[in-house]
Amino acid sequence: MKIELKEIHKHYGPVKANNGVSLCVEPGTIHGILGENGAGKSTLMKILSGFSRKTSGAIVLNEQRQEYQTPAQATRLGIGMLYQDPLDFPSLTVLDNFMLGRKKNPEQSRADLNDELLGLCQSFGFCLVPSQLLKILTVGERQQLEILRLLALGIEVLILDEPTTGISAYQKEILFQALNTMTSAGKSVILVSHKLEDVESLCHKVTVLRKGRVSGEMVQPFDTDTLLTMMFGTPPRPPSRQPQTPGEILLSLEGVSAKGGRLGLRDCNFQARESEIVGLAGLEGSGQSVFLRTAAGLIRPRSGSIHFRHENLTGRDYHHFSKKGLAFQPTDRLEEGLVGDLTIAEHFAVQDQKQGLFLDRTRAASQAGRSIEKFKIMGRRESTAESLSGGNQQRLLLSFLPQKPALLLLENPTRGLDLESAHWVWEHLQVYSEAGTGIVFSSSELDEILMVAHRVLVFFNGRIIKDVAADQTDVNALGRALAGKV
Amino acid sequence: MEIELSILLASVVAGATPILLATLGETITEKAGIINLSLDGSILLSAMAAFVVTYNSGSLLAGFIVGALVGAAVALVVALFSIYLEQSQVAVGFVLTLTTRDLAYFLGNDYSRLQGPQVTHLPIPLLSEVPFVGPVFFNHNLPVYFSLVLVGLCWWYIYWTPAGLKLRSVGEHPRAAYARGIDPKLTQLLYTMVGGLLVGLAGATFSLATKPGWGRPQGAEGTGWIALALVIFGGWHPLKAAAGAFLFAFLQVMGIYLQGWFPSLPSQVFQVAPFPLMIFTLLLMSASQNESVQRFAAGRPALKPFLQILSGAAPAALGKPYRPD
Repeated sequence: MKIELKEIHKHYGPVKANNGVSLCVEPGTIHGILGENGAGKSTLMKILSGFSRKTSGAIVLNEQRQEYQTPAQATRLGIGMLYQDPLDFPSLTVLDNFMLGRKKNPEQSRADLNDELLGLCQSFGFCLVPSQLLKILTVGERQQLEILRLLALGIEVLILDEPTTGISAYQKEILFQALNTMTSAGKSVILVSHKLEDVESLCHKVTVLRKGRVSGEMVQPFDTDTLLTMMFGTPPRPPSRQPQTPGEILLSLEGVSAKGGRLGLRDCNFQARESEIVGLAGLEGSGQSVFLRTAAGLIRPRSGSIHFRHENLTGRDYHHFSKKGLAFQPTDRLEEGLVGDLTIAEHFAVQDQKQGLFLDRTRAASQAGRSIEKFKIMGRRESTAESLSGGNQQRLLLSFLPQKPALLLLENPTRGLDLESAHWVWEHLQVYSEAGTGIVFSSSELDEILMVAHRVLVFFNGRIIKDVAADQTDVNALGRALAGKV
Repeated sequence: MEIELSILLASVVAGATPILLATLGETITEKAGIINLSLDGSILLSAMAAFVVTYNSGSLLAGFIVGALVGAAVALVVALFSIYLEQSQVAVGFVLTLTTRDLAYFLGNDYSRLQGPQVTHLPIPLLSEVPFVGPVFFNHNLPVYFSLVLVGLCWWYIYWTPAGLKLRSVGEHPRAAYARGIDPKLTQLLYTMVGGLLVGLAGATFSLATKPGWGRPQGAEGTGWIALALVIFGGWHPLKAAAGAFLFAFLQVMGIYLQGWFPSLPSQVFQVAPFPLMIFTLLLMSASQNESVQRFAAGRPALKPFLQILSGAAPAALGKPYRPD
């Protein structure tokens, strides 16, 4: 199906999320929509999928102008979308999720649908169990199910909003294969991403959005520098590994096992040193997040011991750990790190050490003002955490870190951030490392780990199966370890 | 005092009926993500309405129909305010509880302590002759049979039909339901009213069968709150909620027996005994979710089914109004 968007406007009050966007997607191609966070990509795609309503403009499908109001109507016209935050039902089974929203067909029984799902799985090389509850699946598997469901509804165009965020490199490969299979069958794919490499390796044509407008288009072969210029104006300079001599041992884990996630953590031995940046690689749910939480004192180990600067901390809680200078930051910024409804200033008031009967709002406000300036947060003191973009939430979270932490434990510190924000985060963290702070972080991007880390740990099925200096390994070696081959 | 077990259980089954109906109704409503907190008052209002209509018309059927409609009407108010006007479900429900209760006392004042018609006893031929099972389950009146059938019906509807799947999907993730062509608001409105119908039937059952007549107090006071607690107790599962309703009725009946055995103890002890016991059971339920308990049970397969029965999670979007983009 040929899709033309003509002069799409979407205004939220005074904010113009889309300001006259026009583009054309040819049938049988993979079309990339590139842009940094907040460029208006998701808004545009939600309009195309019927989830949001446009302020003005036209959608033309196969030379026919179409007006539709709901996602269901869009699906009937052949447009399906995989949303950034998955719109599925974790507490229902895989089969129930597959069934939901289908038109009633009295001749199709549950068993037929079961067979249909398994058949689709087979043709795409996915491995899903219809009777399993969705909540035990990984993000990648949930994505696979959603793609199959949309295909079974007979869609001609599949929109994917940041599909490679949160899935493993292996799952990404499967996904990309599936997308290529779809286009060779004549269907179109629209891939929304802020990751250049994904777009470059997969798309036939790319439209770049910047501040709600089209800033450029390009067809294969792509030129990275030109694309970066279209995205950011001037391309940002990537951070690089800073040579550092590791100092004293800060944290040491001996034979630590803990429960959590799908597989838990088994028999971990690890030492973190001053000034050293350690990257944790592994497929999602291989034990990295349990590891970080155990090291931060949030999960109590079932066995083994944890020492910090030779002091035994086994079994102590998070507050005890943080008094020693350990700081932990989770992936899910709004779930565990920030309070969505509180403003930036209120976040500072909450952490104010000064006790008293009244909130010292002026103090909090001036602190907030300083941090907004220092951390370049795009927001005002009165903005709620919820209203900030992902990159700015991460900046805000970083501004809460203590002045001189001994050890930072960071879970996916750059997940969902565009290049510019991610680079900024690393420049900021490297300053800590130079001052002697140890940093342990997890990431699903091997490139990121190799770019900044001094040492890499690879997790597989809850164990550390590889512990290597970053300059003595490469993406291929790590990729093999990720799949369990050391 | 001797207890005949079949008589004891028969009175449990008969006494549980209104609580059972209200609990099932509220379970359906909450499965769609809406909390109808007005139960306690709307049960009274529908009890009053059912009694007055039956008293004047002589038709029990008319009484039950009006009772159910009154329950649905109160639910409609909750639904309109919380779903379409995006007001707090808790605040609206609370105010309605008080309003409907006082309205029931005010409007029903003239009908206090009147002898009115009540549902006739209707043993089921043949089945009621079966030893033990017969007197326990098949020697009652129509509302009792209806409530028993409804337990299975609810379970089947919620878990085994496409419509039930839609109902659950709206309570879990309304935005996702919307993306799949389901209208979350309309679905919530519909099931809030279906729940209200059953709550209304519970009220009618009170004044026409369980505790026939109208007065102040009627005897139905507090049932709504118990039903709300039982929905949580049952982990939002109709079969478990029904088990909770029977357990509660059993504790109440046992209170009467125990009072006979221990005449020296004040009677209030036995009247309130069911309540702390319910809290204790809720405690057990939440303990079963505890990590250390689960770790303990992991090595003991015998405990697994027990923990599974105790576990139950609220619909993910319960009480959160759905706002479209």
